[in-house]
Amino acid sequence: MAVAAALALAPRLRIAPRDPATETEALLGVAGWAAQFTPGVALEFPDGVLLEASGSLKLFGGLESILERLRRGLAEMGWSSVLAGAPTPRAAFWLALVGKQKFIGESAELEPVLAALPLEVLRCNDETLAAFEAIGVRTLGELRALPREGIARRFGQGPLAELDRALGRLPDPRNFFVPPARFRAAIELPAEATQAETLLFAARRLIVQLAGFLAARSGGVQRFVLRLRHRDRAATEIAIGLVAPSRDAEHFTLLARERFAGLELAEPVREIALQAEDIVPLAGNNLGLLLEQGKPPGQWEHLVERLQARLGAKAVCGIAGRAEHRPERAGVIADMGEKQLQRDFGERPFWLLDRPRLLAEIEAVPHHDGPLELLVGPERIESGWWDGHDVARDYFVARTQNEALVWIYRERRGEGGWYLHGVFA
Amino acid sequence: MASMPFSFAALLDRPDIWRGDSLNRTGTPTVPCGFPGLDAELPGGGWPAGALTEILPAHEGIGELRLLGPALAGLSKRGLRIVWIAPPHLPYAPALAAAGIDIANLVVVRTASPKETLWATEQALASNACGAVLAWPRDAKYAELRRLQIAAEGGRAPAFLFRFPKATGEPSPAALRIALGTSDGGLAVRVLKRRGAPLARPVLLPPMPPALHGKTHHVDRHSAAPAAARDFSARLVHA
Repeated sequence: MAVAAALALAPRLRIAPRDPATETEALLGVAGWAAQFTPGVALEFPDGVLLEASGSLKLFGGLESILERLRRGLAEMGWSSVLAGAPTPRAAFWLALVGKQKFIGESAELEPVLAALPLEVLRCNDETLAAFEAIGVRTLGELRALPREGIARRFGQGPLAELDRALGRLPDPRNFFVPPARFRAAIELPAEATQAETLLFAARRLIVQLAGFLAARSGGVQRFVLRLRHRDRAATEIAIGLVAPSRDAEHFTLLARERFAGLELAEPVREIALQAEDIVPLAGNNLGLLLEQGKPPGQWEHLVERLQARLGAKAVCGIAGRAEHRPERAGVIADMGEKQLQRDFGERPFWLLDRPRLLAEIEAVPHHDGPLELLVGPERIESGWWDGHDVARDYFVARTQNEALVWIYRERRGEGGWYLHGVFA
Repeated sequence: MASMPFSFAALLDRPDIWRGDSLNRTGTPTVPCGFPGLDAELPGGGWPAGALTEILPAHEGIGELRLLGPALAGLSKRGLRIVWIAPPHLPYAPALAAAGIDIANLVVVRTASPKETLWATEQALASNACGAVLAWPRDAKYAELRRLQIAAEGGRAPAFLFRFPKATGEPSPAALRIALGTSDGGLAVRVLKRRGAPLARPVLLPPMPPALHGKTHHVDRHSAAPAAARDFSARLVHA
């Protein structure tokens, strides 16, 4: 009917133009996700996905279990769906098309169920349908009751051949869908998002789709990128890296949530896209037989990932020792897990200051919260003439008025002066 | 029922009856602290695992890290990771290695705000992936400390929170609270709170100055502070 007529009947109707490209992309996305259940995935445009599932029933624990996972996954991705099953693909698609969520196991039961379906499921043009209606045939059962030669002469072989394929009398080969090598999916947000938290909702859908896609390929990713498209500015890219390849949707969602938690959006976001390029093979996990008491030992790598996702990659580091006389170079920040250099230093403080702090000198005695009492020293360190950062210092261990122990040095070059370099905590 | 002889001693032996003067010695997993005088006064014989320990040094540098040295060395040698969250300065690798801590298992987390410090501490404790967690929260309220305590429970890691002395009077949900002071060059450990009877006297640990070995004093002719150099022998403190 015309748009004006529709609006006249229902004034509050919301109308949106169809976008075939987006619909096709969405269908391919669902097919890629559904490939985790079976390798036999075929597409029935514009809105159907066929899964050849008889080989997968045993692995996934029966029909009910697969259906449950399909429904839950599709709901998480934001799709409403109708699921139906039959011994032949065409019959299954017809059942879903009319909205009958039936699962027919035996071919013998197929005929009576198909008989009740309306003729619209056949892919005929409107004139043929009008002609059928004119002769009083409305359902497939009535069509089958008519003599075949008569139908063939008047309407061609098309409708009969389709019916035969649905009943399994003629073969119905399909081209199987092959998932792409890279993952790319996007969701256009219904309203522009100004808060990062609302993006998480859409990101979750994309992440579930990614997890299904990876499961279908028995693979994992170590890095994925979320792109936020704004109205005018260039897109914001958020790369999330993992310590080890994974395809766990919950894990990805947690990392995305941590990243979004501190994110400030410069401009409202219209569309969010997810991209994953390098897919590496990843075997599945074996579940343990016994449940452990108390908390299971946590994953160190997951903790590091979470900390880095929120605080920044450089916030988590290790320390290492270096073969250096200059104290500020003998203990440095490094990657985690660097092995210790076996080296015998003198007494060294637990804390080293980032920068040596100049101390006040009163009557030739250095002061830090009061006069300092020199205990041990001097330890003369002169080194580093070869790279321009040479030091010439006399180090002492000193005690403060509060009976704390500090590591100070007297600078021997230039103006001299006492500096505080470390604290023996 | 009435024929069973009643034994008072048997009644007191029941695990669900606690006597006011006894220390909870069983059931709490602990990490020995390495100082026998202190181990004897701590419930379970060491730092409580899966719980918060608050350390309140009177001043920075009187020995608060050396107190943990043996425990951290033991944990790191067993392959467990020690996480330092928001330390005030850089942990110095040569000193830690000399104390026996395996620095390959030492991780430093640097945060930009007190809120991030608390969040990172909670994450580290809840994950149960660390051997020990050391944190320097700036100002933590009771509710935030309670969250940390809950995150620590069920895990195996002792959590050490270093706080300023002004927090001594504030209530805290930590299982163990220790105030550190000095006394005659040694460390005076006052146990403010522990699971069990309160401790009246502070535990005195031997002074922990750096070993006075090897470095003879040397008169530096160019030194502009001759007074300090000359008074050296008078000021040497013997351990």
